[in-house]
Amino acid sequence: MAAGSAASCGGTGCGSHCSSSSSTAAEDATAESLGRLSVSRECGKCGGGVGAVAVAGGVGLCGECFRAHLFGKFKLAVTSNAMVRPTDSVLLAFSGGPASRVALQFIHEMRSKAIESWDASNSQALPVFGVAVAFVDESVLCSKPKQEIDMAIEDIKSIGFSVGIKAMHITPLEDVFSMASKDGEGRLREAVDMIDDDTGREDFLQCLRMLALQKIALENGYTKIMLGSCASAIACHVLSATVKGQGYSLPADVQYVDTRWEIPVVIPLRDCLARELSLLCELDSLKTQQHLDRPSNGINSLVASFVERLREENPSREHTIVRTAQKLKPFSFNKFSADGYHDFLPSRLRPKFQNVDNDESTFSGILCLICGSPFNESELRNLESTKHKAQKKTDLYTAHCCQSCCFQILPSGGNLYEHFFSLLPEFWTGRVDTVSVSHSLPRDQIEEYLLEDNDDS
Amino acid sequence: MDSAAIDGARQPPARMGSRLCTRCGERKAALKRPKTLEQICRECFYVVFEDEIHRTIVDNNLFNSGDRVAIGASGGKDSTVLAYVLSELNRRHKYGLDLFLLSVDEGITGYRDDSLETVKRNEIQYGLPLKIVSYKDLYGWTMDDIVKAIGLKNNCTFCGVFRRQALDRGAALLKVDKIVTGHNADDIAETVLLNILRGDIARLSRCTFITTGEDGPIPRCKPFKYTYEKEIVMYAYFKKLDYFSTECIYSPNAYRGFAREFIKDLERMRPRAILDIIKSGENFRISTTTRMPEQGTCERCGYISSQKLCKACVLLDGLNRGLPKLGIGRTKGVSGVDSDGEQQDKRSERDRSSLQGKHGNIDF
Repeated sequence: MAAGSAASCGGTGCGSHCSSSSSTAAEDATAESLGRLSVSRECGKCGGGVGAVAVAGGVGLCGECFRAHLFGKFKLAVTSNAMVRPTDSVLLAFSGGPASRVALQFIHEMRSKAIESWDASNSQALPVFGVAVAFVDESVLCSKPKQEIDMAIEDIKSIGFSVGIKAMHITPLEDVFSMASKDGEGRLREAVDMIDDDTGREDFLQCLRMLALQKIALENGYTKIMLGSCASAIACHVLSATVKGQGYSLPADVQYVDTRWEIPVVIPLRDCLARELSLLCELDSLKTQQHLDRPSNGINSLVASFVERLREENPSREHTIVRTAQKLKPFSFNKFSADGYHDFLPSRLRPKFQNVDNDESTFSGILCLICGSPFNESELRNLESTKHKAQKKTDLYTAHCCQSCCFQILPSGGNLYEHFFSLLPEFWTGRVDTVSVSHSLPRDQIEEYLLEDNDDS
Repeated sequence: MDSAAIDGARQPPARMGSRLCTRCGERKAALKRPKTLEQICRECFYVVFEDEIHRTIVDNNLFNSGDRVAIGASGGKDSTVLAYVLSELNRRHKYGLDLFLLSVDEGITGYRDDSLETVKRNEIQYGLPLKIVSYKDLYGWTMDDIVKAIGLKNNCTFCGVFRRQALDRGAALLKVDKIVTGHNADDIAETVLLNILRGDIARLSRCTFITTGEDGPIPRCKPFKYTYEKEIVMYAYFKKLDYFSTECIYSPNAYRGFAREFIKDLERMRPRAILDIIKSGENFRISTTTRMPEQGTCERCGYISSQKLCKACVLLDGLNRGLPKLGIGRTKGVSGVDSDGEQQDKRSERDRSSLQGKHGNIDF
């Protein structure tokens, strides 16, 4: 399906080799899959004798029905998970890729419909949610000529405006580092360069992206962040996380709702496949802009190719992978707390919310300082034992990183840890409580008097 | 597993032969350890290889002194090295085990008869008594007969299901307390991935257990759970162990397996990924709302089963009634468990032919 665009993991900032394909390639691919599944070439839904252009759920669908099918999934995810309250101000993370482009289109449509109902209603008691768009500009790490970068950014802006979005936030990634220091770009580059592992570097940038989005949302009063993460991206993440030893924390990343962050994150496109979203962009001429995508190396890219091969063998494989992950136990932060929802909450949705009567409401575990993964037992034990023998703050920071981040992100060599953490913005490392450690940190106290660095950590 | 050893993977490469072993510092480095990329001499390799297995056995309480233990022996590298190392460790660390070789003759001419010759040689070389059980005796069908009846699709399913029972039957005849198999880290990692791909949450939750079947008649365990396949090959190579290395003649043509290839690529990129997959598998927590199959016993033969009839009985039924597709494919039922099905779903057929492991339904 949509072979030319082969979006193996469309989603925000996935950095895959996505590109718009010609419609011939899409038609060929559709025809091929129609033929393969022995599906009629007429729309199986509206039966109006209209030609089928896409296959979904084993049925050939015309453009209209296909669109309605995807929109239906989006809307169901939003409403049945109470993702957007009438009072919410939603920040949509737009990467330029097809998945987030569709998310943008769909949330805009939902909003338009809500406004129509509001206009038509007598009471107008409940407001309509707001939508803004954020694009994290990573061009500082990209080696393309300035002119091309500027044009791509203009394109991104024009896409937002074409959908009627008034608030567009184009934020450079280095802003995450610029809080106290002016040289955000320098610190960002240095921190990224300290990471040896290709996969580690990519994953670190992914974490930074989320921090950037959180920062935009906090500074501008947005109450929800919406990502375009689709089933294909989630399937890739399930396998990548498995391969990185993150089986314990994996369920946290694949749910509709993630309230680990200050501004909760929702993923309404979780049940749509990347190729479906790409196809919709082509059918509806929804403009995408992926010129600034960087090629992916390392494990994430290997997983993406693997999933691509699986998809060729069986188009539903990605759904199966996501379903498997859904059978794993989610965390308490994968539900909204009921605060602020009471007014708008139909009783059928109550089970989706944390039960304030039991301990489920607050997550009492530890989250990795870098990637936010909840700590498993052995990581917790390691942290506890480090607290007792920590000599300096860096030891505590390191113990607050999960085993995967310790391996692939933290630079190798104990002496480098300190420098690495010093580059990270204060609001990041400040989350680690270094004050309540049972004894004071001896080395920090005498650091300035030491002549030799005989650190053997 | 100690991640400190795995961090050895970060060492800068150096020309082999010009370096000393990083463990003993005395002898010349003869090899790069696949698991950690450490450059060590042969002797140190034997030591770390054997020691890690010993640690796995001890830390997981795999055996009790006086246990009678059957080693599932196919004549292949995993089971040959297992037999060799286990006898050696049994002697060196005084586990007090009574070891046997247990072989299954599936009746594959030109393959199994050759590999069984290897096992017979192992019996003499390692001084371990050998018992062979055959499909012909147990089921009345050889794999040659089965392939003639059903062709080359799904034959691995039959073989895998039958072999599992055959091992248990053989073990019962030998009156052993435990079965050990040579499943290695690569096998287990592959199984974790395949179970994710297939949505088989029930198997996913069990497949990383080092010991299984503890609530059944004869538990079985995998001392090689953390041992890399490449290291097993390396060990057998340097020790010049006698093993049979041809792929089963009934394997689907040009079969490499998506998951196996992916794991090989992964290993090249990051050797510790194989152990990380296993660690993930160990750490998966199944949601309490997920329906899991209940384990009971087969109405016909009493073997462990989550359905009325165990898989082997169902398949055998199919063969004897000339309905070879009985038991193949999926019908509505508890997730991940194949139940009787006469209608073969095209999609699951496609699934099976590409996702079968080397032993058919990898069902540990």
